[in-house]
Amino acid sequence: MKSDPNLSDPDGFFEALIAAHEGLDEATGNLLNARLVLLLANQVGDLAVLRESLAAAREGLEPPPAAEAATAE
Amino acid sequence: MPGYLYPSFPFRRPPELDGKQPAYAVAIVGGGPVGLTLALDLAERGQSCVVLQAASTVSEGSRAICWSKRSLEILDRFGVAEPMLRRGFTWNGGRVYHGAEEIYRFTLPREPDEKFPAFVNLQQYLTEEMLLAAVAERAQWIDLRWQSRVDGLRLEPGGAVLHVATPEGGYDLPARFVVACDGARSTVRALMAVPFEGRVFEDHFLIADVEVSPDLPSSERRFWFLPEFHPGETALLHRQGDGLWRVDFQLGWDGVDAQAEKAPERALPRIRAMLGRQDVRLHWASVYTFQARRIAQLRHGPVFFAGDAAHQVSPFGARGGNSGIQDADNLGWKLALVLSGHAPDALLDSYHAERSTAADENIRITSRTTDFMTAKTAMRARLRTAVLGLAKRHGFARALVNSGRLSTATVYRDSPLNGDDQGFAGGPPPGAPCANLPASANPSDGYLLDGLGTDIQCDLLYFNAESANPAALAKLAAIQAAEQPLSITCVGQPLGNHWFQADPTGRIARAFAARPDSVYLLRPDQHVAARWRTLDTERVIAGIRRALGHDLRRADGRTA
Repeated sequence: MKSDPNLSDPDGFFEALIAAHEGLDEATGNLLNARLVLLLANQVGDLAVLRESLAAAREGLEPPPAAEAATAE
Repeated sequence: MPGYLYPSFPFRRPPELDGKQPAYAVAIVGGGPVGLTLALDLAERGQSCVVLQAASTVSEGSRAICWSKRSLEILDRFGVAEPMLRRGFTWNGGRVYHGAEEIYRFTLPREPDEKFPAFVNLQQYLTEEMLLAAVAERAQWIDLRWQSRVDGLRLEPGGAVLHVATPEGGYDLPARFVVACDGARSTVRALMAVPFEGRVFEDHFLIADVEVSPDLPSSERRFWFLPEFHPGETALLHRQGDGLWRVDFQLGWDGVDAQAEKAPERALPRIRAMLGRQDVRLHWASVYTFQARRIAQLRHGPVFFAGDAAHQVSPFGARGGNSGIQDADNLGWKLALVLSGHAPDALLDSYHAERSTAADENIRITSRTTDFMTAKTAMRARLRTAVLGLAKRHGFARALVNSGRLSTATVYRDSPLNGDDQGFAGGPPPGAPCANLPASANPSDGYLLDGLGTDIQCDLLYFNAESANPAALAKLAAIQAAEQPLSITCVGQPLGNHWFQADPTGRIARAFAARPDSVYLLRPDQHVAARWRTLDTERVIAGIRRALGHDLRRADGRTA
């Protein structure tokens, strides 16, 4: 997994990412992000790199307490 | 330390009020950093001007504080950079925080041996004081008039006539050229009904100058996203001259009462929480909002617009004051060359071409910063949270964190004044300024730019490796015989009685990616106009003509 800067124009990318969300509501915006994950995963290709990226994305994120309670039932 | 004592500059009765009617080559409206820089630059290039200043003192509050390396290089021509460095706070990087945690520290790109730091922080009123001291030394060139408010303007064949209101009455002031450096609420822009529209950013910011006791440890620029002391917003801290600190708090948009927020009882608790000090003395506070906009044309016949009168940006990135200084730098030599008869009027059109491109670049870059900072929708806030959360561990995410992309000199890549760019793999391309490197191993020998861009001359740098080079000497003689305003400097080995710049370590040649026989043509503002791998008399002469606007077409389609 690449961790060092690899984007040719980071600010240009972020601007484009925000623009892609323009006018979408919460649910549709989440769907856009999900589609984008799939498209970018296909660019990466290598499952090992994708697993490492998934772990890095998950790091520090905890399930909300309500979800734990639901699992316990 | 007592608060800053604002000087009071007296009104002096001008000759016009006693029936005399002198005509001026250049009238500058506004005596802030941009107007004063332009006046000083014109004086250095042998042109006199009159400066009309409505107020009777310097800027209220610190306002523009971060002066960039390029601004210092420009102001160094008038001896103003050294006193700014002595009194101001020098910095080359900063720290960025998310909540209570530092996520990274950055260093601004800069050659380690350049003359000036990336930035010096000095409150605007002190910078103006230093510019005014330089103006006073050039009183024979610069006629600075306090309490002189422009309230009328009409265009006439051969220039414009300003009407000036003073405590002792009004008068007409004819000038061949007028430069509006009168700020975001420009009177000249209003008098000419020039539209100034753009994007309003829906956010308020509280800005204040404070002194604290005990003082904070000397610090680089610090920027916080979502700090514990100011939940949900951003905050910025800068050290200034004279032990003052500049604080800047994002306040949001809805329900913000600007008057109430700047009151000490509201502002001080915020500042105490930020700095962790109870003993805080408030010198100045203000609440501001901002827009990103520029006027469509920076030139309207004999009238030019510079600085905030022409364009406004978000303050994050220090691109307001510094781009104004660069506007003045861009216009000064062009006016001087046209007024002295060495260049056609069309050269002045290139001011719009070059500086409107710079304004667009500054607006684009600062708007991206503002979009990142204000995160207006839930999705933008979530994307920003994602970036900040990854930034501590992952370098790529740090590159996405945007707390301001700090001002650098604009490169005029597509300028109509640019000429040949012949086979260089590095070094400054046409349109770019040059690194200000030491002239020798001994710093007291000065720096490369010290002797370049003086008067109204272009500079030719000829990289010469041979002490006897009769072929080059003959070509340089032919170039000089073309009677263009030009100063020739040989780098490496001296030749004839041309100026000579030694380069025993090859440091300068490397910075210019130069080989023996390489040639750089620099404009009077020290930006590169053209460069060649070999010395070719015809090409160099054509390059100088192009840099001075002789190839430009006038608006009516005829060659200038």
